[in-house]
Amino acid sequence: MVDAALSAPREVATTDSRSGLRRAMQRKSSVAFFMALPLISLITLLVLYPALYSLHLATLNKSMERFVGLSNFTFLFNRQTFWLVVKQSCIFAITAVVFKALIGFIVAHFVHNIPAKGQRKWRGMLLVPWVIPPAMSTLAWLWLFDPSYSAFNWVLAIFGIDPVPWTGDAYWARFSVILVNIWIGAPFFMIMYLAALKSVPEQLYEAAEIDGANWWQRMWFVTLPMMRNIIAITALFSLIVTFANFDIVRILTAGGPIDMTHVFATWSFRVGIEGGDIPLGASVSLFMVPILAIAAVFILRDITRRGSEV
Amino acid sequence: MPSRNKISRRKFVATTAAVSATMVAAPFVRTAGAAGKLAIAFWDHWVPGANNATKALVEDWAAKEKVDVQIDFIPSQGNKLLLTIAAEAQAKSGHDIIAMSTWLPAEHARNLEPVDDIMAELIKQNGKVNATVEYLGKINGSWVAVPATVGSQIKGPCSRIDLMKQHAGIDVQAMYPAGAPANADGWTLDVFLKAAEACHKAGYPFGIGLGTTADNVDTAGSIFHSYGAVLVDANEKILVKSDPVRQALDYYKRLMQFLPPDVPAWDDSSNNKWLVAGKGALIMNPPSAWAVAKRDAPQVAQQLWTHGMPAGPKGRFAPFVNYFWSTWSFGKNKSAAKSLLAHLSTRPAAEKMVAASGGYDIPSFEKFQDFKTWEEEGPPKGTLYHYPNRHNHQILSVAAAPAPHKIAVQIYVQGLMTKMAVRHFQGEAMEKTLAWAEGELEGFMRS
Repeated sequence: MVDAALSAPREVATTDSRSGLRRAMQRKSSVAFFMALPLISLITLLVLYPALYSLHLATLNKSMERFVGLSNFTFLFNRQTFWLVVKQSCIFAITAVVFKALIGFIVAHFVHNIPAKGQRKWRGMLLVPWVIPPAMSTLAWLWLFDPSYSAFNWVLAIFGIDPVPWTGDAYWARFSVILVNIWIGAPFFMIMYLAALKSVPEQLYEAAEIDGANWWQRMWFVTLPMMRNIIAITALFSLIVTFANFDIVRILTAGGPIDMTHVFATWSFRVGIEGGDIPLGASVSLFMVPILAIAAVFILRDITRRGSEV
Repeated sequence: MPSRNKISRRKFVATTAAVSATMVAAPFVRTAGAAGKLAIAFWDHWVPGANNATKALVEDWAAKEKVDVQIDFIPSQGNKLLLTIAAEAQAKSGHDIIAMSTWLPAEHARNLEPVDDIMAELIKQNGKVNATVEYLGKINGSWVAVPATVGSQIKGPCSRIDLMKQHAGIDVQAMYPAGAPANADGWTLDVFLKAAEACHKAGYPFGIGLGTTADNVDTAGSIFHSYGAVLVDANEKILVKSDPVRQALDYYKRLMQFLPPDVPAWDDSSNNKWLVAGKGALIMNPPSAWAVAKRDAPQVAQQLWTHGMPAGPKGRFAPFVNYFWSTWSFGKNKSAAKSLLAHLSTRPAAEKMVAASGGYDIPSFEKFQDFKTWEEEGPPKGTLYHYPNRHNHQILSVAAAPAPHKIAVQIYVQGLMTKMAVRHFQGEAMEKTLAWAEGELEGFMRS
């Protein structure tokens, strides 16, 4: 009897915990969490761990034996080449994103106005630059820009125009890497903007037309406000990716001539891996993180605010 | 119920003794892999079939020593070998033997097993190595890597016999006759400049790159050395604002006007393509361009002659870059690794590797500069006779030496000398270029 009396509460506790677990498992959020767990583990392993490890590396001295705090960053701030890289990364990313957005916007409108029957073909063709691995397509561009055998120069020569040092002159080289980035990235903007355009209700245009709005007013007061969120997200996403670009510059110019096309990733590789100064390389690659994070917070906050207003 | 399998103390002792006696009396049978395993990462040679010679040599050794070997040939394209080395150094785990290019033994010296014992023996057997090999492989008085035959190369001039004779009036075969010492006292940087001008006028400019990749930097290094121009000395003293550096930069400025206009964008393949396409009269390269021409443009290959560098005021310096074989200090089978390194550094082994590479590879040891391959390769026969430094005709040097390695590697990989030359050529005042270089060098000093 005594035994039975003592064991009763334990049974109740076990039953409670089992039903609690069952309830937790039945909750949608728990199920979602467990279903996302493989992805979360993968991201932790492949993104979070390397990110934290590079933070750790950035706080070490050159031989990676001593903690030096933020010394690597203060060292970089005194380097002329570093500020050249900062300037170039900004020129590269901002110019490329602006042109990608502009071209994407214009092309999206053209495609949107193509009759539905033939639109799919155009969409598919226009996406080609974006779906080819950039390392491969940049190699093709490299041959087009080749110092000695440029196909572009061959065409120019037919018209009696002097050859252009596409990758040999600092300013032409900057133009070339930005051009290739735009060529690869514009289709992404195009497809995002096309999706946004298709979601704008036709009634809004009809109402604007009844009110006597011209093409420009329809664009300014209907299309752009309706696309605002997608424009902001696409620009932010592209800005982050373009700032972190490595393959195009690495393949096309390797940062040259005389460092005039280096961006953060290529200079980080040059200093860290090729030059054997891994902590400094890690510091270079991390420099943009806080700036881009702040930009992301502001843009995303703006989007959330507009979302809640709607 | 008592167990039927119960073993008495007496029975246990008797059985154990019998087993021990059997084991002692049995003959020792060495199986394949009895001496352990060895994982090796070699540089993946660009010459088709060249890896096979190395592989065969390793397998012969492994069969004899009963070692189970695993060989990986890792290409340097895309920095794959460089990244593998960096990853293994970070993980403190990886191959037992790994090939390292020029600056990497110094960079990873802390993680490398000293090989003084092997090197002492090899130098005794094979002759001494040149000062550049010692500078790159002997760190703080201790050898940390064995100079490899595979991948080591001299990047001297490879000239078009016909174009040099026709446009510059220079008979490169007479200067560097096959089977005889060089007759090149008059082959100086001034003559080289005049030849560059003449060939440029004739429409066949010399193809000397001024990008930041190895071929470009190596050429700049040897021209700087020829003027005695040192950017940083062995005591970390910055000497960039010196007359020899000014002279070297001035020479480059005069030379660059006769080079193709896009040389600041050239990489290591640009000069090869320039020569093979028949566009130029001379490049600075090991015989890879000639080997490609032999396959793709035989009429060009027949006119190519590899020879020595022109002399400057301070001597005749040739660009030389070394590969090394090293073993990690955290390696699991260091004794076997060292045994293999010694085996790969014997004369017959080196001779096989040189033959397999068509003469491209150059062993570092003094007694290994007279292999038949370099005499026999062609067409034209004898084209590689003067590729090795067989008559000690020139000083083999590496760009950025004698700066301490941590600074030298930055000078080298950042292409500081070629960038200085381009900046000055593009109109920047000499003193401004020197001040910029000084600022860069101060940054390279960090520890």
